[in-house]
Amino acid sequence: MAAITADIVPAPIAVPRSPGFWSGVLHRLCRDPVALAALAVLIVIVAIAILAPYIAPYDPTKGSVIRRLKPIGTEGYFLGTDELGRDMLSRLIYGARLSLIMGVVPVPIAFVIGSIIGIVAGYAGGLTNTLIMRTVDVFYAFPSVLLAVALSGALGSGLTNALVSLTVVFIPQIARVAESVTTQIRSLDYVDAARASGAPAFTIIRVHVLGNVLGPIFVFATSLISVSMILASGLSFLGLGVRPPDAEWGLMLNTLRTAIYNNPAVAALPGVMIFVTSICFNLFSDGLRQAMDVKS
Amino acid sequence: MRTVAETTIPELPLGERGGPAQPLISARGLIKHFPVKGSGFLQPKKVVRAVDGVDFDILKGETLGVVGESGCGKSTTARLLMQLIIPDQGDILFDGETVGGALPLAQYRRQVQMVFQDSYASLNPRLTIEESIAFAPRVHGVPQAKAIARAHDLLHRVGLEPVRFAGRYPHELSGGQRQRVNIARALALEPRLVILDEAVSALDKSVEAQVLNLLLDLKRDFGLTYLFISHDLNVVRFMCDRVMVMYLGKVAEVGTREAIYENTKHPYSAALLASMPKMDPAERTEEPPLSGDPPNPIDPPSGCRFHTRCSMAEGVCSATPPPLAVVSSEQRAACLMSVPGSGHSHAPKPAAELMEA
Repeated sequence: MAAITADIVPAPIAVPRSPGFWSGVLHRLCRDPVALAALAVLIVIVAIAILAPYIAPYDPTKGSVIRRLKPIGTEGYFLGTDELGRDMLSRLIYGARLSLIMGVVPVPIAFVIGSIIGIVAGYAGGLTNTLIMRTVDVFYAFPSVLLAVALSGALGSGLTNALVSLTVVFIPQIARVAESVTTQIRSLDYVDAARASGAPAFTIIRVHVLGNVLGPIFVFATSLISVSMILASGLSFLGLGVRPPDAEWGLMLNTLRTAIYNNPAVAALPGVMIFVTSICFNLFSDGLRQAMDVKS
Repeated sequence: MRTVAETTIPELPLGERGGPAQPLISARGLIKHFPVKGSGFLQPKKVVRAVDGVDFDILKGETLGVVGESGCGKSTTARLLMQLIIPDQGDILFDGETVGGALPLAQYRRQVQMVFQDSYASLNPRLTIEESIAFAPRVHGVPQAKAIARAHDLLHRVGLEPVRFAGRYPHELSGGQRQRVNIARALALEPRLVILDEAVSALDKSVEAQVLNLLLDLKRDFGLTYLFISHDLNVVRFMCDRVMVMYLGKVAEVGTREAIYENTKHPYSAALLASMPKMDPAERTEEPPLSGDPPNPIDPPSGCRFHTRCSMAEGVCSATPPPLAVVSSEQRAACLMSVPGSGHSHAPKPAAELMEA
């Protein structure tokens, strides 16, 4: 084996690298019109939320008794007014802020925690796996809505508590996906080859497991954003999330429900926003999943 | 300017120890039983006797072939040798030292490497070829640049030009090219023993021949020892110095290539050899030499495990498990027909009985 020793090995030559996995994903994603359209809509919604003070025509919290429940298309109030005479367009624009925060923030936190739990359980296997996953299953056994409501109810209303309870709801779901993907990768020969080379478990997870499991978990997590938005709206609707007079789509749906017979079009507007945003997140995550499928 | 000490690859802690006559690997009484899922709850615990008492030696510089039907314990034996699974009982001695005892596992790992059957599943799809090969040396503290240089050198040695291939990903390579990469990866730690677990079985015949020749060249150049697992008896005959035949988790017969292929003493080996397709149409047989599937390894037959399918079986075969009897200096067979005085009608008579008669 003396043939490969230091003195005759030249400096490594520069080697042209093939395009990597992620550039392939980007390439495939760019040829998916549905995913791109969904992404465009999401970017517009995020931009509206960020620029709310500059584009909203009125103060979203300032109402007037004399112009309550104006229909859509009223002079000066393009999308009408709500039950307290506040401009619907302004409230929808400002509502995007809290709704997006409630939808987006819990998912990355749950993604990190759930992935760690799932990957450790999946890689360790055996008794460790059983202990971790059966504990996770206890949380998983509750319907998401019930668990979110119960946790928010116990913690008390408010934005932070709603975010915490949503995060806790999503951790078991992400952990389960992470565990099943890791168990699958764990049994592949390249992990065995890495173990046979004497690499410590942490190095194997970092080099060989993470890169191959994070993709599928990430796709699952993006699909949870829409669920999170709907759950958050539900919490606000029940009075457990955002408190009036803040604008949030779920809360607006709640307060406008009394007007559903008088002015159904206006009452439905927050629901339309929730629907459009969550379906865009879903379509985008579908496109991402397809783009990450190497076989296609 | 780096000093010599910094640029030298860390020397392997072990070189030649016990001399050329000492076997490189001795497996002693290896046993591995896998529990059957779902058993053991309100019913007797069941186990699959994947490897059930296996002894063998791999001599320095030889290629030991392992043949047998699917499920006979070939791959489990390989994984036991790799310490990817831990044996329930038994020891592995590497150059005379007990693995996990006198020889720490970490040092053992550097000297034994494996090439797997599935060339795609054994490469990380997210790493380039050079990263995959350089991974093991990096783990053992070789600096990044040096590990990559070694990877390029090895790629060159297995017939893949580094300029074209080093930066590619596994899915951009053909099966034969991927298997060459796997061989290079196995050699990156400068091992003394390479376990080839059906390493060429999934390749096209033409590619298979190229890879076999490459393996022979590498063996000569690097002074390697091979454990060559295959179900292809022609390939084993081409590659191996000695052959071990396994049946249901036990060694049926072991001996030199000539002894096994031309003078087998075990009916199972004979049946396997008879099942090889004949080149001469006049010698083709209509009857399969072995009928049916091997018995269930959860509940193997009593006595000799082959007696249920053996054309030479007698009453004694279902009662007495045959020891691995010495037939000649270069051949051992686990068959009662080779054990003097075993009670089988074809067994050699002990001297005392012959004198009485």
